[in-house]
Amino acid sequence: MTVTPIRVDDGLRVPGAGGGLRRTVQNRYLLRLLVRRELRARYKGSLLGLGWSYVRPAVHFAVYFYVIGVFLGMDRQIDDFPVYLFAGMVLVNLFTETLHSATRSVTGNAALVRKVFLPREMFPAASALVSLVHFLPGFLILLGGAVATGWRPSPAGVGAAVLGFTIIVVLGFGVGLLCAAVNVFFRDLEQAVDISMIVITWSVPMIYPWTHVRTHAPGWVLDVYLANPLVSAVSLFQRAFWYPGADGGFAFPPDLYARACESLAVSVLVFIAGHAAFARMQKRFAQEL
Amino acid sequence: MTPSPEPSPAETSSIVIDRVTKNFTLRHARSIKEMSVRALRRQSLSDRFRALDEVSITIDQGETVALMGLNGSGKSTLLKLISGVMQPDEGSVRVRGRVAGLIDVGAGLHPELTGRENVFLNGAILGMSRAEILGKFDAIVEFSGVERFLDDQVKFYSSGMFMRLAFSIAAHTEPDVFLIDEVLAVGDPPFREKCLDRIRELRGEGRTMVVVAHDIKMLVGLCDRGITMRQGRVIFDGPTEEAGRLVREDRAARRTAAALADRPAAAGARTTSGESGG
Repeated sequence: MTVTPIRVDDGLRVPGAGGGLRRTVQNRYLLRLLVRRELRARYKGSLLGLGWSYVRPAVHFAVYFYVIGVFLGMDRQIDDFPVYLFAGMVLVNLFTETLHSATRSVTGNAALVRKVFLPREMFPAASALVSLVHFLPGFLILLGGAVATGWRPSPAGVGAAVLGFTIIVVLGFGVGLLCAAVNVFFRDLEQAVDISMIVITWSVPMIYPWTHVRTHAPGWVLDVYLANPLVSAVSLFQRAFWYPGADGGFAFPPDLYARACESLAVSVLVFIAGHAAFARMQKRFAQEL
Repeated sequence: MTPSPEPSPAETSSIVIDRVTKNFTLRHARSIKEMSVRALRRQSLSDRFRALDEVSITIDQGETVALMGLNGSGKSTLLKLISGVMQPDEGSVRVRGRVAGLIDVGAGLHPELTGRENVFLNGAILGMSRAEILGKFDAIVEFSGVERFLDDQVKFYSSGMFMRLAFSIAAHTEPDVFLIDEVLAVGDPPFREKCLDRIRELRGEGRTMVVVAHDIKMLVGLCDRGITMRQGRVIFDGPTEEAGRLVREDRAARRTAAALADRPAAAGARTTSGESGG
């Protein structure tokens, strides 16, 4: 009863050639188990469990809110500053966590990569999905806060949110794939990636309004600043969840939507490049690890 | 793939390895500091090492083949190429059907998960679908003999229980090509006997198997054909007894060499006693 028929009719094929993202998506069952393993393993034996995914953003938020908002007075410059801050924060956290965990995904599964053939895209993909799971509670809190400050869903708002979210996910996964592959060869990368997170957090208009860059920096810095896809994505999320409830008088960067579409195009290109680089380098993973 | 010039492999072949060469680069220095120190001393930064040298093997469907040789002769590298974990530098490897390996079976088990969760996770890693795992779940658990601890985290298992669970998941994957690397060295004698029975059962179903082990007596009893490897080359391919005899010779030679290096004076006395290995 348990004997599976031997498929004599199958042709000879090259083992290990059938990888790639497509196979990863096809093998949804394994992907789901890997995501669950990641979540279970991270919180097993801790009292709070998945509750920790609330604590971390809460502490971040409290520090930014009191230091920047209250002590440094940002609260008086931006209406509903907590919602403004949090809208950017959930998105930036999603990006940095995707990057952080995807970078370590292949090296962290070294034993498996060396011993069993699986589509290697499985590991960064599972990491990215875990980040999405962690994004969800923060997002729900954001919705609660937005509703409390008078936000109601509108087609324009939903469109901005979807666009911003897509930019982050595509860009994060693309860069994550690249970093995961390069980290196999140069372990320095995971240090560099972690340091870059400090820069990322402060290089988007999440804690301060973008107009500060315009007033305090030369014109070309502003151009570079606004060309960052993360800036567009964060502005879009603020447009979606904070702007409708705020009292107006705030101008988003010029050509927000045009820049956002460019950002999306750039993100897609980064993703294609990251995926291609990963596919090329993964052939040597087993012998490098 | 380019069409190969030689006659296409028969319909019955299961694994076709064609003039495969695999090199490894051994890097002596990883950090900038180590690199500059070695560069200043004019030492080489890396060495190339040929793990497999023009290896060609064709294995038919349903054959049970023993791969033998000393440590470092390229057996495990060859298994990794067959399973697809590594790609050859030159030549080609082709297989028919689903390949699964009992290659260090513990690799897929996660210590933080329970035995039950691990059956599903490791089963899926080894290529089973959810329905297949559900169908074989009871058989896997019964075979492993860890029923009582199924809902405990695997990190609390004894090493024997750990290996038994891992082996039993892998032994129930029922692939078309089964690669077995050194896993038979695990467990107590009764469980080992059970493993061998399971392997014979799988063999009886007409699955192709490639077995790597150091226990020559066991391999002779289990396999139809033996392949002996020496320094990345196939030096013998034929009856298992003969392949095993060659490995014993290699072992004796290595022991003699070690003895010579140790005590040059006593070397003559050592050569004869070195035969009793295996």
